[in-house]
Amino acid sequence: MSAPTRHNEAWRYSDIAAVEAAWPLPAPERIIVPAGGTFARTIIQDSGLIHQLDIAIGKGATAAIHVLNIGGEYGRVELNVTLHEKADFTLGAVQIGGATQTLEVITTVTHAEPGATSSQIVRSVLAGTATGTYLGKVAVARDAQQTDSVQSVKAMLLDRSATANAKPELEIYADDVKCAHGCAIGELDAMGLFYLQARGITPAEAKKLMLQAFVAGVFEGAADEEALTEAALAKLGDLV
Amino acid sequence: MLQINNLHANVGDKPILKGLTLSLNAGEIHAIMGPNGAGKSTLGYVLSGRPGYEVTEGSVTFNGQDLLALEPHERAAAGLFLGFQYPVEIPGVSNVQFLREALNAQRKYRGEAPLTGGEFLKVAREQAGALGMDMDMLKRPVNVGFSGGEKKRNEMVQMGIIDPALAILDETDSGLDIDALRTVGDGINRIMRKPDKAVLLITHYQRLLDYVKPDFVHVLADGRITRTGGADLALELERDGYKELAA
Repeated sequence: MSAPTRHNEAWRYSDIAAVEAAWPLPAPERIIVPAGGTFARTIIQDSGLIHQLDIAIGKGATAAIHVLNIGGEYGRVELNVTLHEKADFTLGAVQIGGATQTLEVITTVTHAEPGATSSQIVRSVLAGTATGTYLGKVAVARDAQQTDSVQSVKAMLLDRSATANAKPELEIYADDVKCAHGCAIGELDAMGLFYLQARGITPAEAKKLMLQAFVAGVFEGAADEEALTEAALAKLGDLV
Repeated sequence: MLQINNLHANVGDKPILKGLTLSLNAGEIHAIMGPNGAGKSTLGYVLSGRPGYEVTEGSVTFNGQDLLALEPHERAAAGLFLGFQYPVEIPGVSNVQFLREALNAQRKYRGEAPLTGGEFLKVAREQAGALGMDMDMLKRPVNVGFSGGEKKRNEMVQMGIIDPALAILDETDSGLDIDALRTVGDGINRIMRKPDKAVLLITHYQRLLDYVKPDFVHVLADGRITRTGGADLALELERDGYKELAA
């Protein structure tokens, strides 16, 4: 199979040259969480890699993935998740990019059976001419009643030259489901920044403080929450 | 302490301040009163360096320094405090974290050692207590979910913690009920009524001046000071309105 092009929706905003250089990709890592089991994984993408995970979550099982996507010219974390009856999936992802970086989080979450829940929170902070993308599809199968899924996607642009793409997408074949999705792209509040500076905080620290608040909570519940937060703050410090 | 000389300033392309001259000495409290749109809030923003408020002519000297050459955070570290008319909500950042960072940033700028967490909390507790604000509120995100009165009280707690040389208080009295007005007035007197400090009170109404007695009252109309007097001038304004006196 040849490398994807921009015509392929899942690679539309990718750094195609970097993808071609990495092609062919190894097979995605396959994770099967057995019925009633729990699984947790932290992915710190800090070297410009493509991570692909296929995760099947068995009946009543839970999986939590925390992602910090910050490094390299092109970094991609792609998750293909299938939920069985009453399974639960949580994603907390932060991507922070500057200069000419291209960072993406791509998810397909399939609610294959009834009563499963999924929650995806994605926060992107982008500076320079960086591009940050979230493409997230939630597919609900015909029999997957009482599905409850949430997608919360926010991006903060530090420079007008940066780009954020966000596409929460729903494909629902059941009729008794709750699928919430929200998406916002914005800039740091100028009045907030001035308020902090008027109290003596330097412009860089003021930005950092507000960005810290912007990404706060995404790593809640992660085993290495502190390390993730620290790495995120260090990267934010480089950008402001 | 503060010398404003022939200050002209634009907001966007619109001239708002048109030759304002004013001088404050240490130990003095000045009140600036005036009708809506006269440029009162603009003066506060220009002095504290808000982006978009452009000085086109004139000078401002603060303790011998060219104030206008400094960035907003440098002005704060130099001892200038602006009490906001509309204090800003900063979701996700706690009051305590914000104030500790602010105070230590100022101390660092002045070459002083930072306060430890314990030292800072002691100061914060004292100031919050004096203004009737409980510590739970100090732990909440900055101004988020605060009522108008609580936001103004929070400004005064911040002023107490930061302990500035010069406070410019922009309509700190608006949105306050009578009890809160007294608390805030007492706070201004306690924190700022000192021989080495000065206050510029920007207000519409005389009522705050019942608690904080000004040494001078100025009328600001159409971008300039049109009249200056003692505390009595505020009473006169309250009685006769701005139209009579500003002309």
